[in-house]
Amino acid sequence: MEEIPLEHILLLSAALFSLGVMAVITKRHAVVVLMGIELIFNAANLNLVAFSRYDATLMQGQLFSLFVMVVAAAEAAVALAIVLRVYQYFRTANLNQINQLNK
Amino acid sequence: MLFYIFALLAVLSGAYMVLTRNLLYAGFALLVTLLSVAGIYVLLFADFVAVTQLMIYVGGVLVLILFGIMLSSRVHDQSVLSESVNKVWGTVITFLILVGLSHTILHANLSALPWLQAADTNVLGAQKSTVQTIGIKLMTDFVIPFELASLLLLIALMGAAYIATDKQNV
Repeated sequence: MEEIPLEHILLLSAALFSLGVMAVITKRHAVVVLMGIELIFNAANLNLVAFSRYDATLMQGQLFSLFVMVVAAAEAAVALAIVLRVYQYFRTANLNQINQLNK
Repeated sequence: MLFYIFALLAVLSGAYMVLTRNLLYAGFALLVTLLSVAGIYVLLFADFVAVTQLMIYVGGVLVLILFGIMLSSRVHDQSVLSESVNKVWGTVITFLILVGLSHTILHANLSALPWLQAADTNVLGAQKSTVQTIGIKLMTDFVIPFELASLLLLIALMGAAYIATDKQNV
């Protein structure tokens, strides 16, 4: 199998990162913003795994990407619990209409 | 060749996730993106990371997100459609970020870096998979982050359960 050029992986990662940033900026539903953040995590992981190929004995990139996945899973669980509480209280998940922290 | 198919799938479904207004369609577009990224991990000789991606992201995070969508909007209602704001400025900023990153990557001349040229790219070596190496590393060099990750997951589990509980009825 031919070697995938490193630049192409980095360009794909940059495209995924930009799409994630665009979701975070333009979308106003809290869950879609979370999905954009997951896309950004994936772009970062892709870079880590791509550079890990040049670190064959230590494989630090792959191990670090595993820890990033653990943190992303924890973040998604807590953030969605917060979104659900906010929806129960405000009856909306639109971030522009949520403008107070206390009851 | 397979890499470019996966890359195209990932970017197209990612773009669809950003452009569509329906939350459920966005969730399933994210599913395709995550699966394509898992395929790219396999092509990069990271089989354990690919399986973890499938189990944690596709099996865990995406199901959580779909539950979040269904619990925070009515599917036959306007609330399953998400409005977009700052479309022009968001697109401009995204495009500028993309151009800046691509320009940097293409002009960095990565293949001339000495540590990349000297690197041994034979990841697998004599083994058939990276699982053994990752297992040994997790129990030796990375044992403290590994234990901290387990603690973090426990705290996240407790925190999420506590936040999601309706305190008036307990």
